[in-house]
Amino acid sequence: MKHSPTAALAGLIGRFSRMGRKYGVEWWILVAGAVIILGIISMAMFAGVIAPYSPYDQNTGPQLAPPGAEHLMGTDNLQRDVFSRIIFGARTILGVAILAAIISSLVGITMGLISGFSGGVFDRVLSLIMDSVYSFPGLILAIAFAAMLEPGIISITFAVAVIYIPTYFRLVRGQTLTIKEELYVEAARAIGAPGVTILGKYIFPNVIATTAVVFTMNVGDAIMIEAALTYLGLGLPPSVVDWGMDLAMGKKFLPSGQWWLITFPGAMISLLAVGFTMLGEGLSEILNPRLLER
Amino acid sequence: MKNLLSYIIGRTLLTIPMVFILLTIVFVVVRVMPGDPVSSMLGGHAPEKVIEQKKEELGLNKPLIVQYGNYLWQICRLDLGNSMIYKQRVIDTIREKLPATIELTFFGMLITLLVGVPLGAYAADKRRSTQDYSIRLYGIVIYCIPVYWLGLMLQMIFGIWLDIFPIAGRTGARVFVATFDWSGFYVLDTIVAGDFAALEDVLIHLFLPSVTLGLTLSGIFIRLTRANMLDVLKSDYILAAEARGIRHRRVVYKHALMNAFVPILTMMGLQVAILMAGAVLTETTFSWPGMGRLLLERIYLRDYPTIQGVIVIFAVIVALVSLVVDIIYALVDPRVRY
Repeated sequence: MKHSPTAALAGLIGRFSRMGRKYGVEWWILVAGAVIILGIISMAMFAGVIAPYSPYDQNTGPQLAPPGAEHLMGTDNLQRDVFSRIIFGARTILGVAILAAIISSLVGITMGLISGFSGGVFDRVLSLIMDSVYSFPGLILAIAFAAMLEPGIISITFAVAVIYIPTYFRLVRGQTLTIKEELYVEAARAIGAPGVTILGKYIFPNVIATTAVVFTMNVGDAIMIEAALTYLGLGLPPSVVDWGMDLAMGKKFLPSGQWWLITFPGAMISLLAVGFTMLGEGLSEILNPRLLER
Repeated sequence: MKNLLSYIIGRTLLTIPMVFILLTIVFVVVRVMPGDPVSSMLGGHAPEKVIEQKKEELGLNKPLIVQYGNYLWQICRLDLGNSMIYKQRVIDTIREKLPATIELTFFGMLITLLVGVPLGAYAADKRRSTQDYSIRLYGIVIYCIPVYWLGLMLQMIFGIWLDIFPIAGRTGARVFVATFDWSGFYVLDTIVAGDFAALEDVLIHLFLPSVTLGLTLSGIFIRLTRANMLDVLKSDYILAAEARGIRHRRVVYKHALMNAFVPILTMMGLQVAILMAGAVLTETTFSWPGMGRLLLERIYLRDYPTIQGVIVIFAVIVALVSLVVDIIYALVDPRVRY
């Protein structure tokens, strides 16, 4: 009986509420965020099973049918099922946003570590460049990149990734500067550890924890940039199923009252971004006990 | 006073490398990246000779370093070149569109402050209560709602269903812009011209776009105000004020909020980047004839000089605003000068 699913579930709920009592509302914000993300990720993974139609199928029913039993979210002007397009569209936005965040974190963290550790003119120049990019409106930079590149998954991922490199760079560089002065780093240097070892074994593990929160928030932002770019008709070819592009297409039907074409893609973009932001918010409050005192 | 002056001079000098780097990035993105502006402009089937001629005309056949030099020199002379599509100087087009964007961002920021700061202060005062959590949740959610989607939803509700606000443009059909247009800032122009019927029309057109932009940014300001207020509320002078028996509401919304406002001011400078990005999206949704719409229109037309010019202007605005905000900060808070 001990290993029955109900007992396991009860144990899980028990553990969850204990965490809830310990950390308060922040814990529930984190859980809510995680549930939203997991829900949408599994929707993307099992898209083929969940979706009643193919997202490209132009013969699913009447044109511009309002939501109903047959079509949960209605149909668009090309007689495609909006619900199926929403489910398959999750793949594009999740893939691009997560991949972009991974790329910018890898590049940003590496550059931040090296820059902060080596110091000198190199550090100064790189910091100035990164600060300038950081101050510039990210979306406008991404628009410029996406406009110059051939539309495609790789281009849009690149356009989104570029604008977040400074975020990681600034964070990691700042941390590296502080940790560099710590006693244990000095001790390592005293016993003759080479720079690479100090960077890899002493500084990197201490920096990486703080980037977790930024990464989560970053995915949330990247989702909005991806959707904004495709809403503007940039970055992806029309053959890809994408929420932002569906939203832009539905916009044309707003004056004639076909509300479902814009409502559902937009709500999904918001929901996904809210999920990552809540997860990040919860993580940052729980990982940083000083904030909890507030 | 000497300190303040040297701070201002130092800060101004620091703006130069920043603008320079931003201009370089714009150049790299628009000119060095793969993609051939001329052939894409003329279409795939243009003869080689025509393409070469057009490149010659635009100076695109010169070595990159020369192009870069020319580009910087052009900008120094405040010349952004000519449009590739229309017989127009880029700077004239921008001068025509920029006021619309500034008007939109100004009123957007106003709404952000009116919504964000009081809510943030209230949340800080009622820390860890239901009101606090609901305000913070509102902050998270509104931040995550794409500004263009919020715009579309407001258009749908107030423009289509209730039919009380127009959903596109800066003025309606019954207003003749030429009768009051003077600076391009229509709110100002109509007041100067004393044409209050036109002012009303301008304002109802401005309402939905600026509410859209303002609400989206209000989330950030709630968070900022709340965090700053919490720090200030813990300080001794607040305790002292309470101890002297000043009414709680007065302590929070006068003494504390005034002190929390200085960091909020600096953050306003940083938010200009987000505000600009939001304006680009809001403009596309509301067919607002500003810089963002210009940028996208010209991207579809592949008008590279105009694209470059618009991004350059955005870069300069961001640098200038952060300069001005830092100087105001130094004026307000003497501690910054050291």
